[in-house]
Amino acid sequence: MSSGYIVTILTFVAIYISLALSLNILTGYAGQISLGHAAFLGIGAYTSAVLAVHYGLPFWVDFLAAVVVTGMIGTILGLPSLRVRHDFLVLATMGVNFVVVSVFKYVDFFGGAMGLVNIPAPTILGLTFRGGAPYLTLTAIYALLTLAVCWYLSKTWSGLAFHAIRNDEDAAASVGVGSARYKIYAFGISAALAGGAGSLYAHFLGSVFPDNFVFVESIGMLSMVIFGGIGTLRGPIIGAIFLRLMPEMFRFIQDYRFTLYGALLVLMMLFQPMGLLGKDSWLWKFSTRVWPGYRTSKREEMP
Amino acid sequence: MLILQNLSDALILACTYILMAAGLTMVYGVLKVLHIAHASVYTVGAFIGVLIYSWVGNFWLALLGAMLTSGVFGVLIYRSTYFYLLNAPRTVPLIASVGMFVMFTDLLQKNFLMGPYQRAFPAAGAGLPAIQTTWLSLTPKQLLILLVTLGLLVMLYFLLTRTRLGLSWQAASMDREMAAAVGINLNRSIAANFFLGSALAGAAGVLVGVYNNSVFATMGDLPSYKAFIIIVLGGMGSLPGAILASLLLAIVENFMVASIGYVLPRDSIAFLVLILMLMFRPNGLLGRE
Repeated sequence: MSSGYIVTILTFVAIYISLALSLNILTGYAGQISLGHAAFLGIGAYTSAVLAVHYGLPFWVDFLAAVVVTGMIGTILGLPSLRVRHDFLVLATMGVNFVVVSVFKYVDFFGGAMGLVNIPAPTILGLTFRGGAPYLTLTAIYALLTLAVCWYLSKTWSGLAFHAIRNDEDAAASVGVGSARYKIYAFGISAALAGGAGSLYAHFLGSVFPDNFVFVESIGMLSMVIFGGIGTLRGPIIGAIFLRLMPEMFRFIQDYRFTLYGALLVLMMLFQPMGLLGKDSWLWKFSTRVWPGYRTSKREEMP
Repeated sequence: MLILQNLSDALILACTYILMAAGLTMVYGVLKVLHIAHASVYTVGAFIGVLIYSWVGNFWLALLGAMLTSGVFGVLIYRSTYFYLLNAPRTVPLIASVGMFVMFTDLLQKNFLMGPYQRAFPAAGAGLPAIQTTWLSLTPKQLLILLVTLGLLVMLYFLLTRTRLGLSWQAASMDREMAAAVGINLNRSIAANFFLGSALAGAAGVLVGVYNNSVFATMGDLPSYKAFIIIVLGGMGSLPGAILASLLLAIVENFMVASIGYVLPRDSIAFLVLILMLMFRPNGLLGRE
């Protein structure tokens, strides 16, 4: 394995860590299961790609536009969640994914099925980040930024409100937590972070195709969150690293990547619904018993 | 004549939607689970249908074999996952269902099963005649779909209303615990429910495969997604609602495409209908409340 290959894999791992963490805000913290997160990745990637290819704007404009546009679209797509709960919302997010992909595919402005190619490498302050270690640094910084946002969120009033909504929406509403407002927040923040990851994704690959953002990709992200431990900070990170690295390490798994993702979802639901390192998982209980000094934050221990 | 042609096309489209949605709405009625893996059952049905057809060359045998196989496949899905998740929060079986769907779709695309290419299903109308009257014109294939769907629906109607099994489903959909308390063997009843619902999906797969003369591994994705929209539209768990919604969706789709053309991809229409419906009538057209 060449070092370039390893750097490429690690770059993807970093992008997917940001994606899994951003999905976790919506699904883990606020409890709104989403089967359409790849749509937000796609919207971010296409926004960035369109601005760079059609209008020749510099990277930082593309990136910020991707974050803002995806955040806004996420906020709008969050509106149905006010009327719709549980399984119906899941259907709606799945539909968002189908529609977004078909818009990319059938609208000529977005390049149709041929996608958009020749997206330039980003240039920041005169430095060009063309693949390799510099780009890995860029994506790693973004992953850390996402982590910081998630950590900060879990410490704020909004974080508490998300928890309340997840546990019981009606009870949350009865003690004065405006569930509508916080659900929209969760959608917006989650989408905006995914949009930024999308921008990095597009500029890294240099091309975007509708098929990069299909429904199964969303399921891949959901698997990362659920496998690692839904609603925690450590879970999505571990899930993203594990589920991205494992197929690369074993060629056999690469061909059966989505079979693995699907099977893991089923097995986790049957045996460890909170994930491998989730709050009540045996592995986490075991490790906190072995190293009692290493405790979770107070927030996570709340029932 | 264009309108009539559109109407009969819509009718045929609706038939395939009905078969798909009927199984889903039955499962939802009893288990309250959005059974996303239903798409895989549909594809497996079509696949088995093609295999049997290329083997014996008889459409009816292929249909029967496909229905039986997908029925058994559905029961296996139930017994291996949902059975253990009956009392879990509703998102748990849902995520498991998504997992199964992704897993089966990926496996079906492998070369030892269907492979990533399309297969032809050249059972041209199973020897039925074409029908050409002033108000209806159907090709043999369309007549076949119409007849099979009507036959299955009549059978389903009698099962649901005239047999103990149908009654036990109704009871279970009202209150599972209460139904068990009055002596209904829930396990057997739910398994039979899955068998029948999955067999209907298998029949839908075969019919669509014959109609388009093509069977491929991801053919279930869009129909199953539309079937979800249909059962939301019709009111979750309501069979007459599902039939009505299938007809409505098929007609709207056909006429939108015929009159407006491609403003939006055809398949997004269903999605827009779903969003509007969820926003303004969350309980569906014929829902309970």
